[in-house]
Amino acid sequence: MSWTFLRDLLSGVNKYSTGIGRIWLAVTFIFRLLVYMVAAEHVWKDEQKEFECNVRQPGCENVCFDYFFPISQVRLWALQLIVVSTPSLLVVLHVAYREGREKRHRKKLYVSPGTMDGGLWYTYPISLIVKTGFEIGFLVLFYKLYGGFSVPYFMKCDLKPCPNTVDCFVSKPTEKTIFTLFLVITSCLCVVLNFTELSFLVLKCFVKCCLQKYSKKLKSSVCECHNLRYVKYGEMGAPPLLQKHHLDSAMSTAQGGETKVLCGTQEA
Amino acid sequence: MDWGTLHTFIGGVNKHSTSIGKVWITVIFIFRVMILVVAAQEVWGDEQADFVCNTLQPGCKNVCYDHFFPVSHIRLWALQLIFVSTPALLVAMHVAYYRQEAARRFRRGEKRNEFKDLEDIKRQKIRIEGSLWWTYSSSIFFRIIFEAAFMYVFYFLYNGYHLPWVLKCGIDPCPNLVDCFISRPTEKTVFTIFMISASVICMLLNVAELCYLLLKVCFRRSKRAQTQRTPPNHALKESKQNEMNELISESGQNAITGFPS
Repeated sequence: MSWTFLRDLLSGVNKYSTGIGRIWLAVTFIFRLLVYMVAAEHVWKDEQKEFECNVRQPGCENVCFDYFFPISQVRLWALQLIVVSTPSLLVVLHVAYREGREKRHRKKLYVSPGTMDGGLWYTYPISLIVKTGFEIGFLVLFYKLYGGFSVPYFMKCDLKPCPNTVDCFVSKPTEKTIFTLFLVITSCLCVVLNFTELSFLVLKCFVKCCLQKYSKKLKSSVCECHNLRYVKYGEMGAPPLLQKHHLDSAMSTAQGGETKVLCGTQEA
Repeated sequence: MDWGTLHTFIGGVNKHSTSIGKVWITVIFIFRVMILVVAAQEVWGDEQADFVCNTLQPGCKNVCYDHFFPVSHIRLWALQLIFVSTPALLVAMHVAYYRQEAARRFRRGEKRNEFKDLEDIKRQKIRIEGSLWWTYSSSIFFRIIFEAAFMYVFYFLYNGYHLPWVLKCGIDPCPNLVDCFISRPTEKTVFTIFMISASVICMLLNVAELCYLLLKVCFRRSKRAQTQRTPPNHALKESKQNEMNELISESGQNAITGFPS
């Protein structure tokens, strides 16, 4: 069980994602997971061994290190990567559930289990919102725990058993600051991508709803016009060709968006 | 999760690259990634543990090490390799989008004569022309920019590509100017020069590939312009024949009327 397990799980998500979702996956894999594995992990490898305080009192270094670094930045980074990747699994689970249902009922229930319609349309935005929430949550936690995103090169510590206020020196503070900033920037980029994807989905749905309403309205107004004509000409016995001609012209007027009234119903 | 994953990502682009692009991918993975993993990480493994300063003052070593090595060489190379490989993803995404569109049109019933089935669409090698040409050229351009930027950052951070065996450090809490000694400076210098040379070779390959793509486009355009200006031989012969017939008929008419044209 290692990072390859997470990578394989997430590769399955790729199939059911939108274009922006795939960009998010690429950014997460390459700029966060890969950078963590090949570079960041090694920077923090000897962090406690090289943490040095200006005193020979036994236990003082341990206590001060534990006070300033309750949880190592690199471990928090790994937790963030795991937690932020898991909401995408909701989508995979939902698709698997759909496929299971189709197998059980032995007939085609959906256009395709991976198409974003029906329940899956709600699961995907929910997974995006949860993902974004976790990203922002971890960034806030990082900021609160370490008082910012930079690592100072020395700290003053006066906890027992240290005899007085001693200077404690962190190893590789500049390199750690650079990688912490890298983490924050990629995290913010992922938040932006999630917001963009969510807005895109909401806009798509809104446009679809508007188009559906408009076509419903159009159908109902055409039916009214047809009924009106039928009532008007019914007694006079107008030929069907004339009725059809007026119906066609009414429809073409509605499509062209002109305001000329033909049927007594105003079409904007 | 390691460099193998990056190799899988980039390897997919290999099919649609030019020959120079394929050479570039080989150089990147053999002379840079493999050397980084196999050799450089061993050489730099004990860099802080064996960084020794001529003082017992606690904290002096940490501060001096941090001042002279704000970012370790191998981390900088790892970042450089990641950044330089990612523009190829633009091409991979464009190819994936093209295949998706082709598959959609195939399902609708268009382009049935071009492809036998959906598998054929996946297997087909896509030519570098049209919008893909622009994506590919932009990816090469960004690669060159990233390589140059990282080489400059390296030079700026370490004042050159040579590692000295002693450094003088007088930063607080060091009590005075102390001597600090780097571990394995010569071996580190050798690897640094090797990685810089590989970087330069990759940059030259990218420049050559960009020039090749530009020349290809210019050559294709001039060929198209040439075929448009001069019509093919049989059409030429026909038009000449028509001209001749017109001249003959005109002169014939003039002979009848007796007036010169």
